[in-house]
Amino acid sequence: MIAVDICILALLATTAVAVARIRNLWAAVMFTGIYSFLGASWMLILDAPDVAFTEAAVGAGISTVLMLATLALTSREEKPIKKFPVLPLLVVIVTGSALVYGTLDMPRFGDPTAPVHTRMDPGFIEKSEHDMHGEMPNVVTSVLASYRGYDTLGETTVIFTAGIAVLLILRKPPKRKTNAAFGQEQEGSHG
Amino acid sequence: MDIDMVLGLYNYWIVIVLMMTGFYIVIARGNLIKTVIGLNVFQISVFLLYITMGRVDGGTAPILHETASADQAYSNPLPSVLILTAIVVGVATTALALALIVRIREDYGTIEEDEILILDRES
Repeated sequence: MIAVDICILALLATTAVAVARIRNLWAAVMFTGIYSFLGASWMLILDAPDVAFTEAAVGAGISTVLMLATLALTSREEKPIKKFPVLPLLVVIVTGSALVYGTLDMPRFGDPTAPVHTRMDPGFIEKSEHDMHGEMPNVVTSVLASYRGYDTLGETTVIFTAGIAVLLILRKPPKRKTNAAFGQEQEGSHG
Repeated sequence: MDIDMVLGLYNYWIVIVLMMTGFYIVIARGNLIKTVIGLNVFQISVFLLYITMGRVDGGTAPILHETASADQAYSNPLPSVLILTAIVVGVATTALALALIVRIREDYGTIEEDEILILDRES
């Protein structure tokens, strides 16, 4: 299992670097899809099948489709950079080192005594069987829809708001033609 | 620095590498779509960080069934739930960002940050 784990993580890192380096946006979007899918596979290994399914369907599927649609409406190539960005690389390396230093105190991978697993007693797994009358075998579902139902309500609110906002942003204004003409005029006067 | 420590922390380190790659794409690239892709990469690495913390040695997915022994260990369901929410919210924000990019392209004719700034200064 640990070998598969290490392989998938190495592939993830490779894909992420490929996304960063590639100039063609279409290829970058495809690599993002692969990256999502690798992430989903790894989540399956980490015993979180619900998250893996969602990531594969929503993260790798819908996100990729949305980005491809945006590419069709905008452009496919990224403008080449003139000089190598040194400052961002420096910032990233410093931040990364600080984070790695922070992990040294983290509980080891899979440690059952980690605070994440011990701080709630009885945990959701112990409570779920009784609270759900033994009819909800999947604890993730019972936590999502019942114990933390308000989180899910909040999530739905966010999605609703985002959907409305997307509709409002992309709506064609009624006086579209005059607006476009005005824009061209402005561009002309400055060009 | 022994082998147990390296193997126990390997996941976190790779997640940090992924996170920093995403962060680098966000701050180093002027193309707006590339920035959104970078945010996505960053986002997924955060999901992986949470899911990694929820895993228990010898555990299985948190789905109860009669055939399991009484002391069967299960991975922690709480990180899974939080990340399920986060994935869907992440897609909603991505959609919003992409819609804004489409609008910017309609108005400015470009999605490169530096060109947009020049056009803004001129007007």
